[in-house]
Amino acid sequence: MSQDLGLWTVPLAVIGGAIRVSTPFLFVSLGETITERAGRINLGLEGTLVFGAMAAYATAVLTGSAWTGVAAAGLAGAGFGLVHGVICSLPRVNDVAVGIALMLFGLGLAFFLGKPFIQPSAPPLPAIPFGFWSDLPQVQAALRVNVLFLVGAALSVVLWWAFRHTRAGLVVRAVGDSAEAARAMGYSVTRVRVLATMAGGVLAGIGGAYLSLYYPGSWNEGISSGQGLMAVALVIFARWNPLACFGAALLFGGAGALGPALQSVGVSSGYYLFYAAPYVLTLALLVATSSPDRALAGAPGELGLSR
Amino acid sequence: MVAETAPSVVTAAATRAAPAIRALAWLARRAEAVAIPLGAVLVGLALFGLFLLTLGKSPAALVDLVWRGGFGSAFAWQNSLQRAAPLLFAGLCVALPARLGLVVIGGEGAIVLGGLAAAVVAPPLSGLPAPLVVAAMALAALLAGAAWIGAVGALKAYRGVDATIASLLMSSIAIALANHLIEGPLRDPASLNKPSTLPVGEANMLGAMPGIGVHWGLSAGLLACLAAWLLVERTTLGFSARIAGGNVRAAQIQGLPVRRLIVGFTALGGACAALAGFFEVVAVQGNANATLAAGYGFTGILVAFLARHNPLAIPPVALALGGLEASSGLIQRRMQLPDATILVLEGLLFLCLLIGETAYGRFKIFSPHLWASRKASAT
Repeated sequence: MSQDLGLWTVPLAVIGGAIRVSTPFLFVSLGETITERAGRINLGLEGTLVFGAMAAYATAVLTGSAWTGVAAAGLAGAGFGLVHGVICSLPRVNDVAVGIALMLFGLGLAFFLGKPFIQPSAPPLPAIPFGFWSDLPQVQAALRVNVLFLVGAALSVVLWWAFRHTRAGLVVRAVGDSAEAARAMGYSVTRVRVLATMAGGVLAGIGGAYLSLYYPGSWNEGISSGQGLMAVALVIFARWNPLACFGAALLFGGAGALGPALQSVGVSSGYYLFYAAPYVLTLALLVATSSPDRALAGAPGELGLSR
Repeated sequence: MVAETAPSVVTAAATRAAPAIRALAWLARRAEAVAIPLGAVLVGLALFGLFLLTLGKSPAALVDLVWRGGFGSAFAWQNSLQRAAPLLFAGLCVALPARLGLVVIGGEGAIVLGGLAAAVVAPPLSGLPAPLVVAAMALAALLAGAAWIGAVGALKAYRGVDATIASLLMSSIAIALANHLIEGPLRDPASLNKPSTLPVGEANMLGAMPGIGVHWGLSAGLLACLAAWLLVERTTLGFSARIAGGNVRAAQIQGLPVRRLIVGFTALGGACAALAGFFEVVAVQGNANATLAAGYGFTGILVAFLARHNPLAIPPVALALGGLEASSGLIQRRMQLPDATILVLEGLLFLCLLIGETAYGRFKIFSPHLWASRKASAT
């Protein structure tokens, strides 16, 4: 069997890259979807993601268990979500600005506390080799799928279903579409929003755990290339629909993997342009679907950016 | 979004009553805008002190090091002012659109593009006299920044696209585009391990201001802050922008050109941010390279919020943050604290400041109309 696959390496690397790179996008965007569906926007998930990566790595180093690390990352994310949710419940506090502040704070704290953990190595998260049927190492590499990716995929289906068919999902949507109506129904808008922001934080933290414990699989200060910020745009791209988040995460991940894949076959220019492709795509989509007269289709009514 | 507490009729009556009370009331309203951010900063510092204490580090030692590293010597001052200069421009990029109620966070992209535009026009003009080349570079930077952030404003004004998200996306696109151009088509073949554009030429570089050893970006930034303040506080345009920022419908009913105001103020903000990149190229680097994206655009967001979007408050805040960042190296060496210490402090201060927003109007001492009502009820 020939090792040289020629141009076939590119789509294969993109598929593999999409699966590998998309997981943090998926978790952060699902988390942000929950938060935004409740009517708040949390721009601080980049900080939560990086802090989650640090917390997971440090915990995994200290306890020797990758899954304990994931739990720690989720817990830390819940903490950040709680802080964001509570501060934004105060009157006259701007949720966008709080998000930026928490991003700075989360990044700072992660770099500060994570300094001693740059050297030691942590146990990685397990992956399932779905490429066992093929003799080609490239195919095997592309189809090694991490467990968290599968969890994220399942979660997007569950969330999609839950938003439509469960009481909790309906309450979150009611709070996000009309705080007045939710209040009239007897629900505490503040409590629902704080809980939704916490849930968003948990998922973003777990996304961070994937970064440090699987791919790229180490802890350093440059571990996130802005996935947390991109995921906020991704949610708009996916129209606040968890199922669409899954597709959008794969798309964003694939676009990110296209550059390095092309580089491996000798196309070295335009690396950064491919990296920017998802941003251009999101902006184009925003421009095409926005209108000064009406809110974005599918946007929660209470969300600041649709008013 | 936020309902302004309208001054009641009582206030008007009371302020007509006695000039002394009127002066006091004026002072009280001004004092609130200083006292609450200051209080928030103090709370933030106290929290950070607690954080250091739990790690077994001395907060007093940190204060001492920040003082010495930021403001303790002529060299420290020079370092702090050098870092404050781009923050002035980056702060304006947030503060000007904020007058219209827009949160623009894409200053970093405008800084990078401004620097790149400045660096690109210089080599083809190399035969011309230096002042002309520098002027052309500044113009190119201004246009690039104004177009980039002005586009964010246009998207908001004419398509209803959220300015925060749009500016974030535009900033990422700008940085990627600049990286592509610097490492690809515009790369100086002689720049081997640090990809850069062609040098702008030694003759076209701006030196330091005589006496203080800081580049001209500082005085230009101070002038820009003053001009922005005059624009916002002393012109009809600035007044219109504030009305539109308070209530878009009301402004439209008044016949104000809200859309053009949005485009204009965002373009001005972008032009300011681009000047930070221009000075980075023309006074520090000598070419455009990846260090243009040094994070000034993001610290600028903090500067603008700390200054409560008041252009005259930007210089002291930028100086304080510049000094804080200048002392980072010293803190790292002397206290064995990671360089992220400053980032933790900045985040904490930002959070406390935003929490402080909720305190406006809650203190009777700052609200003259409440004094009057008490007096009225007493009589």
